[in-house]
Amino acid sequence: MNQRKLWDLLPRFTPILAVLLALLVGAVMLAILGTNPWEAYRALFIGAFGSTNALADTIVKATPLLFVGLGICIAFRGGVLNIGGEGQLVTGAIAATALALAIPTWPGWLIILVSLFAGMLAGAIWGGIAGLLKAHFNVNEILSTIMLNYIAVFGMNYLLRGPMMDPLQIKLGSFTPQTARLPRAADLPRLIPTRLHLGAAIAVVLAVAVYVLLWRTTIGFRIRTVGKNLRAALAAGIRTKRYMALSLVLAGAFAGLGGAVEVLGLHHRMFTDGSAFGFTGSAGFNGIVAALFGQLHPIGTIPASFFLGALLTGANKMQRVMQVPSALIGALNGLIVLLVVGSEIFRRRQMKHTDKLGSEQVSAADTKEEP
Amino acid sequence: MTWAMIVGILSSGIRLATPYLYASVGETIGQVSGVLNLGVDGVMLMGAYVAFFVALRTGNLSLGLIAAAGIGGVFGLIMAFISVTLKAEQGISGIGLYLFGLGLSTFLFGVTIRNVQTIDGFPNLAIPGLSRIPVIGEIFFQHNILVYVAFALVPIAWFVLNKTPFGLRVRAVGQNPEAADSLGVSVVRVRYMAVTIGGVLSGVAGASLSIALLNTFQQNLTNGMGFIAVALVYFGGWRPVLVLAGALLFSTVNALQIWLQVAGINVPSDVALMLPYIVTILVLAAMAKRRVNAPAALNKRFERGES
Amino acid sequence: MNKVLAGFVLVALIVSSIVILGMAAPFKVAFVTPSTINDLAWSQSMYDALVTIQNEMGKDNFQFVYSENMYVISDAAVAIRDYASQGYNLVIAHGSQYGGSLVDIAPDFPHTAFAWGSTANTFSDQGITNIFSYQPYSEQGGYVNGVLAAKLSKSGMMGVIGPIETGDAKRYTEGFQQGVMATNPKDKVSVTWTGSYSDVSLAAETARTMIQAGADVLTGTSQMVIGAIGVAKKEGALWFGYDVDQAPLAPKIVVSSVVVDWTVALRPMIALIQKGTLGGKVFPLTLANGGLKIAVNAEGLVGKTIDGIINGDIKVKE
Repeated sequence: MNQRKLWDLLPRFTPILAVLLALLVGAVMLAILGTNPWEAYRALFIGAFGSTNALADTIVKATPLLFVGLGICIAFRGGVLNIGGEGQLVTGAIAATALALAIPTWPGWLIILVSLFAGMLAGAIWGGIAGLLKAHFNVNEILSTIMLNYIAVFGMNYLLRGPMMDPLQIKLGSFTPQTARLPRAADLPRLIPTRLHLGAAIAVVLAVAVYVLLWRTTIGFRIRTVGKNLRAALAAGIRTKRYMALSLVLAGAFAGLGGAVEVLGLHHRMFTDGSAFGFTGSAGFNGIVAALFGQLHPIGTIPASFFLGALLTGANKMQRVMQVPSALIGALNGLIVLLVVGSEIFRRRQMKHTDKLGSEQVSAADTKEEP
Repeated sequence: MTWAMIVGILSSGIRLATPYLYASVGETIGQVSGVLNLGVDGVMLMGAYVAFFVALRTGNLSLGLIAAAGIGGVFGLIMAFISVTLKAEQGISGIGLYLFGLGLSTFLFGVTIRNVQTIDGFPNLAIPGLSRIPVIGEIFFQHNILVYVAFALVPIAWFVLNKTPFGLRVRAVGQNPEAADSLGVSVVRVRYMAVTIGGVLSGVAGASLSIALLNTFQQNLTNGMGFIAVALVYFGGWRPVLVLAGALLFSTVNALQIWLQVAGINVPSDVALMLPYIVTILVLAAMAKRRVNAPAALNKRFERGES
Repeated sequence: MNKVLAGFVLVALIVSSIVILGMAAPFKVAFVTPSTINDLAWSQSMYDALVTIQNEMGKDNFQFVYSENMYVISDAAVAIRDYASQGYNLVIAHGSQYGGSLVDIAPDFPHTAFAWGSTANTFSDQGITNIFSYQPYSEQGGYVNGVLAAKLSKSGMMGVIGPIETGDAKRYTEGFQQGVMATNPKDKVSVTWTGSYSDVSLAAETARTMIQAGADVLTGTSQMVIGAIGVAKKEGALWFGYDVDQAPLAPKIVVSSVVVDWTVALRPMIALIQKGTLGGKVFPLTLANGGLKIAVNAEGLVGKTIDGIINGDIKVKE
């Protein structure tokens, strides 16, 4: 009986087993390279958790993933796939920067509020364009969000090398495509004397808000119904297109806010290296991974983002200590994603085994609730 | 704008469209069977790397091409295993595949080739007779072999999908897997084949860059082309001919954008660079009333015995 | 008296031992760069310079480590801080996009020297004393290439393929244009930006378009130009390189490359650090100080002509 229970519990831990398997594959590759895998992983662990600074860096890395991931939770639940996180992060960051630079003499808290709001609005608009295109012009959101990512990047490059460029850069003749530093009063407060800033706390609070939105409000219920069963939603009289568009608006708003938080909390200016990645660190994609690791649940996305943040932060330390090519870590990251999503089946099977009856009752109740 | 310039832009558009065509047609077949693979870019990178590596070491371009198709097929199988057998969420497994291909190709390049090098890729092959036709000949018939094959692929894909028993099965498992299953079609097997074909073509798409059009390899050589290729499948509404139209539209506007800059027309470069992306969206939006026959089971996991 | 002497000897001993120990401890450099060290451009040029310095000073006296592919700025900031806290003598943040992070980090590590570029900004105006900067005067190299290009172009049209219109790329391009205009004011220079440092495909197609539009001489900057060099090679257009010597890629068509020799900035920088000055100075890299060199391709037109004259294959009338 006891053994039986243990066996039943095993599927709950499959994601961890999947990660371990990926690390094992990585260890073999490291060994082939002539690097001691044990030392390498020790460096990874120390880099992610080894000191207050490391832990802070991990959380800092996780913050944009959580913002994007929260938006992804809403979008996925609403049945739309938002690949536009990169572009939404960028537009949010640009808008927040522009606002903060325009009102440098205002009180700090007001600059912060206005800039964060501007970033959120810009992201919402960028996501909303995809929503509008989907709802009224029959343009699939995968196509539009991919295209909008590029458009956002070229727009950013134009602004940063043109109208928004730091006057000092022009004076010095270096022409580095970046803005001036934002007013210091607009820096998000640090939580402890590290790089850790208020943004992480904002993200965690919003995770709870997203939970409430999705499971405790009518809007959330409708978004989920549209995502779960389009036909039932139509039959129930829900304006499905409107809610799909709304999902994209909300997803964009969270990513945009994430971009604004990155600027106000971390960089205190906007810059470009030509692509979006220099600023986003691919958070637009990794945020999708975080949301899925978190079971598309906003609360689950918190530890999932933290885990991914730790992995990415630790991996860089591993490169520094062992001088292994950074690409190896990129490949491992991909492998972990593949194995973790692949292993989901075992957990799902087990969950179905135990809650089959329960879930059917819930879904029956769900459809009744809506007038 | 002179004739020479128009000819230049159009032939440029055809060249630029080539990698997209392989990848998009492959992705179309996979999606019609009901599997969304967002990892095309990673597969393209692996194909590009392997083709370049093999061609560089053996001096044999065809061998490089075959190797690229092979690695593409392997990546297709990985995707099929994870999304069909393990029934994983397709969107995210694709992102995993992308990250894996990007990292692995960069890593292997770093340890095996190390330095940026160039090779002599597939030469241009003027089609006898046809290439002599003024204007038309220059635009269409003076490219390398992989360009011709890419365009030939479109009618072939159309024929296979619409006129063969295999195509019927592919469409059936993408439209209504339960019904197909009840009629004795193996949903798993058909999807495996479709996704693997998609992988092979993505691998060839990468090879078309590294050993035919650019003749070099560098980390992230594709620079996100695989994602555009996925977008073009939606542009074409899962019909190979319209996918071709989308690829040509995107690429020709890109060629036009280059020409605008080269000719010194006074537009900010960043605005010019946006054009292909904006135009593609606008054209599709203008066709809002078109009928799209989306594979109903796309991006949904199929579990036998469930409805 | 004896006590004084003994004390003197003791002090001398301590001082000399510190000096000897200080000499014995190797000079340690950490190098953070946005692309890979084999990119045949920006990162490789600095990596090559560090290897050169290491060969000059010996492995016992000079050691360096690197973090490549640090294109994500916040990751680079973590790396820079980590290196500084490990006691490296000099941390090189090789990218102008890293400046914002350096201002935050440098004040926390007053005994570490930092360097970054391309820029003329050491943040001394903000009271920071431990940041050096380096700035190649790319326009000088561009000018030389421009003069040569104008002399060699038969069609009178030249093309420049750049990533984004900023920084070194902008300076190089403007220098190239000046060089062409000073030599042949009627010539045309077509400038195209691809919006990316890595879009090899767009760079290649741009080169093709330029050649179709009549250009017979091309040049450009950043790692994507590899695509353009390939096209130039196929179509027989001449190429002028930047960052590193690009002749090995296409010996027949590369005329010359502007090579940035970072050792010219690194050597005096290391000397200053060893003497205790940790920042505040801008190191220009110019043709005058050897920081910019023109690498003439020995197998190309100019190189072959020079060789021919030297070994007598080409007879020049006196």
